Amino acid sequence: MTLLAQQIVLGLLLGGLYGLAAAGLSLVFGVLKVLNVAHGELIMLGGYGAYWLFALLGMDPFAALLLVIPGALLLGAGLYTGLFGFVVRAHEETRIKNSLLVGFGLALALHALAVRLWTADDRSISTGYGGAVLTVGPIAIPLIRLASLLVALALIAGLHLLLARWRWGKAIRATAEDWQAALLTGIDIRRAYLLAFALGTALAGAAGTLVSVGYSISPSIGLEWTLKALIVVVLAGLGSMLGTFVAGLFVGVAEALSAAAFGGPYREVVGLVIFLVVLVLRPQGLFGRASR
Amino acid sequence: MLELRGLEAAYGDVPALSGVTLRVGAGEIVALLGPNGAGKSTLLGCVSGLVRPRAGSISWEGKNLLTIAPHLIVERGLAVVPEGRRLFGSMTVEDNLELGAFSPRARAARRESLARVFALFPDLRARRRQVVRALSGGQQQMVAVGRALMASPRLLMLDEPSLGIAPQLVRAILDALVEINRAGVAILLVEQNVRAALTLAHRAYILEGGRVVGEGAGADLLRDPHVRRAYLGPLAAGG
Repeated sequence: MTLLAQQIVLGLLLGGLYGLAAAGLSLVFGVLKVLNVAHGELIMLGGYGAYWLFALLGMDPFAALLLVIPGALLLGAGLYTGLFGFVVRAHEETRIKNSLLVGFGLALALHALAVRLWTADDRSISTGYGGAVLTVGPIAIPLIRLASLLVALALIAGLHLLLARWRWGKAIRATAEDWQAALLTGIDIRRAYLLAFALGTALAGAAGTLVSVGYSISPSIGLEWTLKALIVVVLAGLGSMLGTFVAGLFVGVAEALSAAAFGGPYREVVGLVIFLVVLVLRPQGLFGRASR
Repeated sequence: MLELRGLEAAYGDVPALSGVTLRVGAGEIVALLGPNGAGKSTLLGCVSGLVRPRAGSISWEGKNLLTIAPHLIVERGLAVVPEGRRLFGSMTVEDNLELGAFSPRARAARRESLARVFALFPDLRARRRQVVRALSGGQQQMVAVGRALMASPRLLMLDEPSLGIAPQLVRAILDALVEINRAGVAILLVEQNVRAALTLAHRAYILEGGRVVGEGAGADLLRDPHVRRAYLGPLAAGG
């Protein structure tokens, strides 16, 4: 029983990062109607960015967020301007196909780059306070992972506020809902796309930093995280950042429960089962709007 | 102010507009009438920048509009109330109106614009924080007109504003259009409600099969036998 509770807590902590990873993907997919299959690679880069800052400058990874996030914003802006900005010029059908091609190409390129720069070995950031644990009764909560969960929640809440209150945040939501109406209202949708992509990349970078300090990273984690993010996005539906976060927690806990019930190897399977079930029963996701 | 000359547009191989020439002068209310599929929405699409015409010219206040991106056309003083309203349903009345004043020129005047919109449509002030999706068709139409007004337009274009709206609300919206026009805004009105449109309009064009087949003063067209037979029903044609 204690073991189960412990597993659930760990699943919850990991689920927060799933939610953060998914939020970035959801934002880009919802606004640009582009599925960035290189999203996991952007997470991976965020992790290596933090790793570099730690290894070369001795910077604490949580402090490194202050550099990784702006850096990822710029990277996202650059990737949009140089790459995805061209993909969005096609209409929706061609757009999805092109985005997969471009995304996979980008993912391969980033993967190769990472192997070149950091080798294929697993890396992890070990800080002085790494082993600290908060003990609640019989449950041990690793402090780093708890802090990561809180940071993830703060970032998601921040994004939610940005989209709700900031003028361009509203423009992004409007563009996601009806880009033609957005144009007729005077919104430069190309700029909305740029901002959304940059924000999505920033979230990925932040998620990567948190993964590198609480878990480990390697050049190959990209695909795994893209899939996890996609499962959470499908479960949550588009349109709610907070809903995406909750869905991430759900997947984290579901994974923990299935590993406890069926054994370790079934951990990943439950995510895919959820994916299929949601698509069949409620395609718009738990928190999404039903499509017109 | 707005001048279309020889406009040609098509969707793939299907022609939508052929040699359309029309103009809207400052302070005018011009109605654009015609059956479904005549090309009226396409025409508005060309002016607003969403549809690229194959040939012809569109000029606004003497300058060519054809190479301008849609969001910049709004900045120049043209605003559209699209068919079916195309509001941002998941957002509030206030957010929709605020987004209407997105372009820099409109943004500078947004406080006055909002006051004017609420003066025209008092119902909306009470509902400003309601999500638009929850409003009735007529109320949504008011939000749509309000959103376009927030752009501080000099020309307001409406695509079938009375479609699917209860008659009393249609009356209210048309009255609002008269007031808007009185304040100096020119109006290009695409309408199925021919009688209402012709009573309102200074001039009107009739579009059939992508071509302009009739043109004249509102009152004159109301009396024209072809118009009466085609658009005002059998009872009207007799009189």
